[in-house]
Amino acid sequence: MPTETSPWEEHFGSRENQSKAAQLGMWLFLGSEVLLFTNLFVGYGVYRYYYPEVFVEASKHLAAGWATVQTLLLVTSSLFVALAVHYIRQGRQFLTALVLLVAMGMGVGFLGIKGWEYWKHWTEGALPGEYYRLEDLPVQGGSLFFTLYFLLTGLHAVHMLVALGLLGWLVWGAVSGKYTAEYHIPVEVGGLYWHLVDVFWLFIYPLLYLVE
Amino acid sequence: MNPSAGSSQPDITYLNHETTVSSWLLTRDHKRIGVMFLVLVILALLLGGVFAMVLRIELLTPGPTIISAMTYNRMFTLHGVTMVWLFMIPAIPSAFGNFVLPIMLGAKDVAFPRLNLASVYIYVAGAGLTLFGMLWSGADTGWTFYTPYSTTSPTAVAPILLGVFVIGFSTIITGLNFITTVHTLRAPGMHWSRIPLFVWALYGTSIIQVVATPVLGMVLLLVCFERVFGVGLFDPARGGDPVLFQHMFWFYSHPAVYIMVLPAMGVITEVVCAFSRKNIFGYKMIAASTFGIAFVGFFSWGHHMFVSGQSTFGSGVFGVLSMLVAIFTAIKIFNWVATMYGGSIDLKVPLLYVLGFIFLLMFGGMTGVAVATTSLDVHWHDTYFIVAHFHYIMVGAVLMAFLAALHYWWPKMFGRVYPERWSFLAASTIIFGFIVTFLPQFLLGNLGMPRRYYQYPAELQWLNVLSTAGASLLAFGFSLIAVYLLWSLRYGEASAANPWGSKGYEWHSGSPPAPHNFTEAPRFEREVHDYTVPEAPRAY
Repeated sequence: MPTETSPWEEHFGSRENQSKAAQLGMWLFLGSEVLLFTNLFVGYGVYRYYYPEVFVEASKHLAAGWATVQTLLLVTSSLFVALAVHYIRQGRQFLTALVLLVAMGMGVGFLGIKGWEYWKHWTEGALPGEYYRLEDLPVQGGSLFFTLYFLLTGLHAVHMLVALGLLGWLVWGAVSGKYTAEYHIPVEVGGLYWHLVDVFWLFIYPLLYLVE
Repeated sequence: MNPSAGSSQPDITYLNHETTVSSWLLTRDHKRIGVMFLVLVILALLLGGVFAMVLRIELLTPGPTIISAMTYNRMFTLHGVTMVWLFMIPAIPSAFGNFVLPIMLGAKDVAFPRLNLASVYIYVAGAGLTLFGMLWSGADTGWTFYTPYSTTSPTAVAPILLGVFVIGFSTIITGLNFITTVHTLRAPGMHWSRIPLFVWALYGTSIIQVVATPVLGMVLLLVCFERVFGVGLFDPARGGDPVLFQHMFWFYSHPAVYIMVLPAMGVITEVVCAFSRKNIFGYKMIAASTFGIAFVGFFSWGHHMFVSGQSTFGSGVFGVLSMLVAIFTAIKIFNWVATMYGGSIDLKVPLLYVLGFIFLLMFGGMTGVAVATTSLDVHWHDTYFIVAHFHYIMVGAVLMAFLAALHYWWPKMFGRVYPERWSFLAASTIIFGFIVTFLPQFLLGNLGMPRRYYQYPAELQWLNVLSTAGASLLAFGFSLIAVYLLWSLRYGEASAANPWGSKGYEWHSGSPPAPHNFTEAPRFEREVHDYTVPEAPRAY
C-alpha cells in the first residue's frame, strides 16, 4: 500500500530541515576539530609551565611582525566569506564567487608568508626534536617549543589547505549556478569551516608569537 | 503464540531489491551499511579471538609452551588492539545502531547517507593499515602504547597507530550522523520523551565519540611523529614528559569504555522490555543515567594512573569520580530488574544474554569500585585482577549485549529465525565459559600474578589451566553460533514480521524491512514498549 507522495518521501522532508541538519552536522564536526587541536594546546600549556624562560627566548626567533600581517589577512578573509554568505542569500552568484576568490587570495597570501617563515627556520636550524640545531637556547625546552610550533602551525596549515579547496569548490558551484537564494547550504557550512580555521589561528598567534 | 505476528510483510526488501555486488559496495542504505559493519566486526572478533586462544594456550604451562616471549608480547598487543578498536568500539553502534536507529525514529535513512558509506571505507582502510602492521612485524607495546617504550620499540608500531587514527574518523562520522539524525529526522509523534532507550544510549555514545576520539587520534599521531621524526614531545631526553602521554591517552580511552558499554546497555533495555512484555521501569532515569555516565566518564581517566606519580589528592578525586559511575550503572540495573519484576517473562535466548549481562556487569562493576580505591589499587595495579575486572565489565558486557542484539534483531535483519535450542546451548556455554575464564584471573591477580607476563610460578598453574579451559568453552560457543546462524540464513524458517511480539518501534517495518524502511509514512501514537495498549498487527 505505497502512497503516491508525502512530505516524508523526501529524505529530509523540507529544505529548512535539510539546512538545519547540515548546520548541526557541521557544528558537531567543528567541535571535534577543536578537540583535535586540544592536545597541542594542552602540551603547550604543560611545557610552557616547565620551561617559561626558554619559551620567551624561543619566541623571539619568530617573525611576530609578519604574523600580525597574517592575522590581519585571515580576519579580513573571514569578512569576505561572511559577505559571500550574505550575497548568496540574495541570489547574487557572481558577486559571491568574487568575494570568495578574494578570501582565497588572502588565504594563499597567508600560506605564502608561512612557507617563507618555515624556510627561514630551516636555514637557522630551529627545527623540532632531533633536527634541532639552535645553539643559543637549551635543547630541553627549545626543541619542545619548536616541536609545538611546527605541530600547531603545520596542523593549521593543513586545515588552511582543506579550507582553500572547499572555497574553490564553492566558487565553482556559485559560478555554475548551483547555489541560489533558496539553496545555499554548502556556502553557509563551508563558510563556517573557514571561520573555524581562522579562530584556531587567533589562538595560535598570541601563544607562539606574543610570549613575554 | 505471538500476538502481533503474521502482519503483512513487504515483498521487496532491502536485501532483494538489488543484488549486484556494486549495489552493496556503493549503497547508501543504512541497513546495508549496518550489515556490512556487522560482517566486518565479526571478522575482527574472530581475529581477536584467535589471538586470545594463542595467549591462553601459551599460559597453560609456567614456562614456554608454544610461542617465544617476543611472539607472546605481540599476541597480547594484537589481541587488545583488535578487540578494542576493530571490534568493541564499532560493534554495536556501527552495526546494529546503523541498522535500527533510523527505523526506530521512523526515518528513511540517517542524515548523511554518503558520509555513512564513507565511514565503512574509512574503517576498512584503517583496519587494513592495522593488519598490514600486524603482518609486517606486529607490535609488542600493549594496546595502550605507553611512551617511551612505544617510541623506541623495534616492532611496527607506526602503521598500527596510523590505522587506529584512521578508524577514529569512522567513529566520529557515525557519532555525528546519529546525533544529527536524532535531531532532524524524527517522524510525526516521535517526541523526545518517546525516543527508544537504545537511541538515547546511542546518542550519549555519539557525544563521547565526537568529543573524545579526536583527542586519541592526535595523541597517537604524536607518538607516530615521535617515532618517525623524533619530535621528542614525550621523550625525557629532550625535556618531554612521558606521563603527559598517559593523560592524553586515557582522556579518550577511559570514555571509550563507555563508547563500548552504553550502546550495550541500550540493547539490554530494549530486550528486557520485549521479553518481559512491559514498558521500561523508570524511562527518564535510564535516559538520564546514560548522560550521567557519559559526563562522569570524562573526569575519571586518572584512575588508570594511581601509580604514575600523580598527586595523592588528584588520585583521590579521580577515585571518587570513578565510583560515581557505579551509581549511574546501579540505577540502570535496578530499573532492568524492576522491569522484569511482575512482567510476563518469556525466557528466549536474548533474555538469557541479558541475565548474563547483568551478572557480569554487577561483578565487574563492584570490582571496579574496589579498584577505584587508591589503597587497594596499588596492590592490584597491573595484575590479572585488573585484566579480569575490565574483561568482566567491558568485554563481558559488550559480548553479552552484542549476542543479545544479534539474536533479537536476526529476524529483523535477515527475515530468518535461528534455531532456539542450539542457540540456548551456545548461550549457556558462553556465559558459563566466560565466568570460568575470568573468575580464576581475579584470584591470580590477587595472588600477585602480573599481567602481560610470559612465565609464572608453578603453584599458579591450576588457575591458569582453569582459565584456558573456560576460553575453550567460549571458542566452542562462538563456533556453534557461527554454524547455526549461517545455517539459518539459508535453511532457517522464514520469520514473521514481529516474531517476538515486541512493541519496540523498529518492528513497525517489515522483517526484513523494505528498501526505504516503510511503505508509507510512519506515525507514532503510543509510548515505546507500551504493552497496555492493545494494537492490531501492523507494519507500514
